Amino acid sequence: MSSYRIQGATGEWEVVIGLEVHAQISTQAKLFSGAATAFGAEPNTQVSLVDAAMPGMLPVVNGECIRQAVRTGLAINAVINPWSRFDRKNYFYADLPQGYQISQLYHPLVGEGAIEIIPDDKKPDETKRIGVERIHVEQDAGKLMHDQHPTMSYVDLNRSGVALMEIVSRPDMTSPAEAGAYLTKLRTILRYVGSCDGNMDQGSMRADVNVSVRRAGEPLGTRTETKNVNSVRFVMAAIEYEANRQVDVLEAGGKIVQETRLFDPDTGTTRSMRSKEDAHDYRYFPDPDLLPLVLDDAFIAECRASLPELPDAKRTRYETALGLSAYNAGVLTADAETARWFERLVADSARRQGKSESDVARAASNWLTSELFGALNKLGRTLLDSPVTPEAGAELLALVGDGTISGSIAKQVLEKMLETGDTPGAIVDREGLKQTSDTGAIETAVDAVLAANADKVAQYKAGKEALFGFFVGQTMKAMQGKGNPQLVNQVIKAKLG
Amino acid sequence: MTDLTNLGIAAIRDGVAKGDFTATEVATAFNAAVAEANPALNAFIVTTPDHALAAAERVDAARAQGQPLGPLAGVPIGMKDLFATQGVPTTAASHILEGFVPQYESTVSQKLWDAGAGMLGKLNLDQFAMGSSNETSAFGNVISPWRAKGPDGTGDNAPRAPGGSSGGSSAAVSAHIVAAATGTDTGGSIRQPAAFTGIAGIKPTYGRCSRWGIVAFASSLDQAGPMARDVTDCAIMLEAMAGFDAKDSTSLDLPVPAWSAGLTDDLKGLKVGIPREYRLDGLNADVAKSWDDGIAWLKDAGAEVVDISLPHTKYALPAYYIIAPAEASSNLARYDGVRYGLRDLPDGAGLQEMYAATRAAGFGPEVKRRILIGTYVLSAGFYDAYYTQAQKVRTLIARDFENAFQQVDVILTPTAPTSAFALGEKSADPLEMYLNDVFSVPASLAGLPAMSVPAGLDRSGLPLGLHLIGRPFDEQGVLNAGLAIERRAGFTARPEKWW
Repeated sequence: MSSYRIQGATGEWEVVIGLEVHAQISTQAKLFSGAATAFGAEPNTQVSLVDAAMPGMLPVVNGECIRQAVRTGLAINAVINPWSRFDRKNYFYADLPQGYQISQLYHPLVGEGAIEIIPDDKKPDETKRIGVERIHVEQDAGKLMHDQHPTMSYVDLNRSGVALMEIVSRPDMTSPAEAGAYLTKLRTILRYVGSCDGNMDQGSMRADVNVSVRRAGEPLGTRTETKNVNSVRFVMAAIEYEANRQVDVLEAGGKIVQETRLFDPDTGTTRSMRSKEDAHDYRYFPDPDLLPLVLDDAFIAECRASLPELPDAKRTRYETALGLSAYNAGVLTADAETARWFERLVADSARRQGKSESDVARAASNWLTSELFGALNKLGRTLLDSPVTPEAGAELLALVGDGTISGSIAKQVLEKMLETGDTPGAIVDREGLKQTSDTGAIETAVDAVLAANADKVAQYKAGKEALFGFFVGQTMKAMQGKGNPQLVNQVIKAKLG
Repeated sequence: MTDLTNLGIAAIRDGVAKGDFTATEVATAFNAAVAEANPALNAFIVTTPDHALAAAERVDAARAQGQPLGPLAGVPIGMKDLFATQGVPTTAASHILEGFVPQYESTVSQKLWDAGAGMLGKLNLDQFAMGSSNETSAFGNVISPWRAKGPDGTGDNAPRAPGGSSGGSSAAVSAHIVAAATGTDTGGSIRQPAAFTGIAGIKPTYGRCSRWGIVAFASSLDQAGPMARDVTDCAIMLEAMAGFDAKDSTSLDLPVPAWSAGLTDDLKGLKVGIPREYRLDGLNADVAKSWDDGIAWLKDAGAEVVDISLPHTKYALPAYYIIAPAEASSNLARYDGVRYGLRDLPDGAGLQEMYAATRAAGFGPEVKRRILIGTYVLSAGFYDAYYTQAQKVRTLIARDFENAFQQVDVILTPTAPTSAFALGEKSADPLEMYLNDVFSVPASLAGLPAMSVPAGLDRSGLPLGLHLIGRPFDEQGVLNAGLAIERRAGFTARPEKWW
């Protein structure tokens, strides 16, 4: 139980949260038609006769969508149901050509599973298990456009029939932070598996947020469902707002109505969309156009064998086999791309330096998380569009490792690499940045610094030892950072002796 | 030259192949017959003489070049207007699809064109195939070519129902204005109209014919099949219509047997079941006699006749009238005025009002009734009491047949409880109308192959049909028993031409 509580006028309230996440399955074709699924295409250019529900059209399930959903289920250690079935969810809306959505109510493809989250970044060792009740596969609807005509709405069916996984959590989350961590972790897993690109801003992933509040120890309160929230931040904001709203209602003597609500990202508030009384009667029944889905053991085994190393396993390996800090391991496994980048960096570093991966991994992880991330951040870039490749990073680390340049010069070289895209070796040569271990040159520089700062030398000798760093800094500055830091230290120490 | 419209599928195909006449001559003759008869019979919603001629010309050209001819080369047929036909209006006999012209061709119709057939037009039907008399068509009912005469020729001359829903098909085949026609059968829509008009029609095993491109009524029951002048023509045409289709998930992935080559009326060793539950109290005496005739003919063909029980028969009709409307209520949701067909948009109307106005104006009363029933039985609180229960009944009925087929090879029953009724006679009472399906519905619920063959005339001179039900995939057994009856019944009666 997290310590998150709503402080009401009459005391503390606990919050109970469940998420239903709709994740678009990354496939070339839709769930029941051969139409393409590219994002951002011209309206109604990715629509087959089936998607437009022309008379006599029939759905045929896209096996790749099923495979991806099964892989996702296996990635969260869920039960895969070898027998599942599609049902029709009937309702009328202009973006729903068939007049029903093909979904799975009674017999979902994937059963009970779980996801481990780290509710608090600052405590990377504390995990919590969030149950996943089920994953089922269903069709997306089209989209209405209300801004094209003064009195009419236009319909774009590009999304109609696109395959979604609905991933339904247990009401196991008790704070906005836990919900955020769950959503982030789920997205990480989906991206590792490759079953969903997780791009919430493109609508590939969105969440329906179920929230209720209760006094400690009391049974669950009445929940509300806030629909289609499309970022982690908004999900957290919606929970925060909704939990406080419910507490206010209850403390004012009111009752929570089971209803569907909408989140307004501009105001950070939720508002009522329809109450339970107005809720649709979806008249679910098995889709007679489709046979039950029957999966054999070999198919499930193939799905399992095709899974990559998953984030939890990777994280553990980074900590135990590579000796990374829990924090670094967490950061580097938070998405598949970062982990891939890091692993190329480590492999190439080990090769260049003739060492084992475990010998170079710590330095590589520190450089990546503090130096490169920071520099990219300043440029408004990410690892995905980084001008620096893992191989170039490994070359830079090797130059530091063999004493060709110092750590501080490495920072300058990195900046040049980001600016020019050149290799670190070329930059070091061109700019003459090689570290000097010439004791004579270092002694000359140290003598000059000590002579120019006689007062500080006196203070140092009188016991103000903290000034040692000052002399080192001044010497390095005089040598434009190229002095071998160890030698500089030795020389200063000897001269001040 | 004999009147080419007197020829059925096999005779036309063979005559064209031999060069006795050209396919173009055949198409021309049938086009003329359609033009002459249709104003009276109203069997076609739209006629397509050019389609029939173009297909015929292709066949004649192929023959001239010595190319092999398809199994239906030169055969002009009627297409029930439930099959989507590319570039040709497809209405399901409903206003809601008025003006709809598909950009695609149904799998079954495409197979028929590939086999060399041509299309004379789109045949009338009960609206969305919902009805047993053709009176629910939005384009006026079909009138059967048959008239009741009575034994002394003085019977009422009232217009008769051609049966339904494939009533345009049955009327056109029996009037000899098409060589054959497609039908679809959900609860009897091929077999009952075939019986009413003295022709043969077979509903194959569910899944034999692709449903892709056929306007859906009840997906788990809908099945296409041929309606033709005799059993042999049915076999030839079914071979062309059937086959696995990857675009229909419920399509059977089985090879199509050579049914026409396998035809025989030698039934030695065959066991025929007579289900006692079908002998209803007060069964029409002529129908009962026809059934007895059928038993005698099958015995004559060498079959052994066995009494059997199908104990859940009486629950079939109620279960059917839950399951079929439930599926229909969902299947017909797509007719909403948004993308195609009728749109009724009153001034200032929003989306909901547009739906209501469009569907109120577009659907006929019987379709609305079934949508209401279907919506009701699927709604929260009633689902288990109706839909779930009906599905259980369906399972029990299928099991009845499974048990029976441990003992027998085919089952013989009447096709319908009466001969063709007069138009208007039952249209006031939907339940009375539904009872017409009592013998055909159980086989539909079980997905079994079943056919109707002409067995004679009743005392008023109207045709009666006998109904054969077979094991799953055993169309051959059904066709052979049908052939045995056909040969012994010697049914040659034809409606007197009054149009």
